[in-house]
Amino acid sequence: MDEATRRRIAQQFIEALPHARALSIRLEEIGSGSARMALPYDARLVGDPETGVLHGGAVSTLMDTCCGAAVMTHPDAPRVTATLDLRIEYMRPATPGQTITAEATCHHMTRSVAFVRAVASDGDPDRPVATASGAFTVSG
Amino acid sequence: MARRPEPVQVVKQRRDAALDALVAGVPYIRFLGIRFERRGDELTGVLPYQDMLIGNPVLPALHGGVTSAFLEVTAIVGLSWSMLWPRFESGEIDAVAMAEGQLPRLPKTVDFTVDYLRSGLPRDAYARAEVTRSGRRYASVLVEAWQDNRGRPFAHAMGHFVMPPQEGDR
Repeated sequence: MDEATRRRIAQQFIEALPHARALSIRLEEIGSGSARMALPYDARLVGDPETGVLHGGAVSTLMDTCCGAAVMTHPDAPRVTATLDLRIEYMRPATPGQTITAEATCHHMTRSVAFVRAVASDGDPDRPVATASGAFTVSG
Repeated sequence: MARRPEPVQVVKQRRDAALDALVAGVPYIRFLGIRFERRGDELTGVLPYQDMLIGNPVLPALHGGVTSAFLEVTAIVGLSWSMLWPRFESGEIDAVAMAEGQLPRLPKTVDFTVDYLRSGLPRDAYARAEVTRSGRRYASVLVEAWQDNRGRPFAHAMGHFVMPPQEGDR
């Protein structure tokens, strides 16, 4: 699959998800079994009113969406995928006002399961905000 | 003459107001439309269906991130409530002051692991949290979400949290 086709598939994948649209999640880059997506800061998504830090749930949605895109763009080209399980570790609170960027890699795929890892940061890639790892179903 | 104790109904109304204030204080909970129903010290999270909660429009199914967020919100509110409840009982925290906006600090999520058991259908969802470890600094919470049938959850999760510092901690 060439770069343009992969990009088109991933773009369609994101734009078809109403909740990803509700959070204004955008696709920044797409590779072969990898994806990078951004979640712009939004006051509606704040989890701690005292500090203005985004809620972990919004970060989960970014991670889940980005991991799903990484699976869909894997060279084995699954037709359908769904999250089996996803674990998120919150390393530090995201800086209020900053866009959060997630990078996901589908590092292994069997006929039935895709294994994915992701890292989210808010500007400084050396100081991640959160990491995630999960397993996704594969079919098609 | 000794003061008569307050009617239980008045105490309950104050606690419901305190819970409402706790939930209303978090923008993201309002964004998702989550509310909580209280039966004594037991809380049930309710996620009323909205089109914008959909992830996969083909099935259609709730977005996995929405399911995860609903579980995490229920875990945090459930854990906070379990921490506040005895302090209401002892009179250490005033439910009226809390209802008026003096909100307690919330626990912080360390990690959260969600198990997606079946796809979330485009309808209302419910969730309940169980605090399995409640220490001064750390807590563990199990949380489960269902739709039509309490016995057939569509997702469950396990989370670890750092508790907010309490007065007297050093």
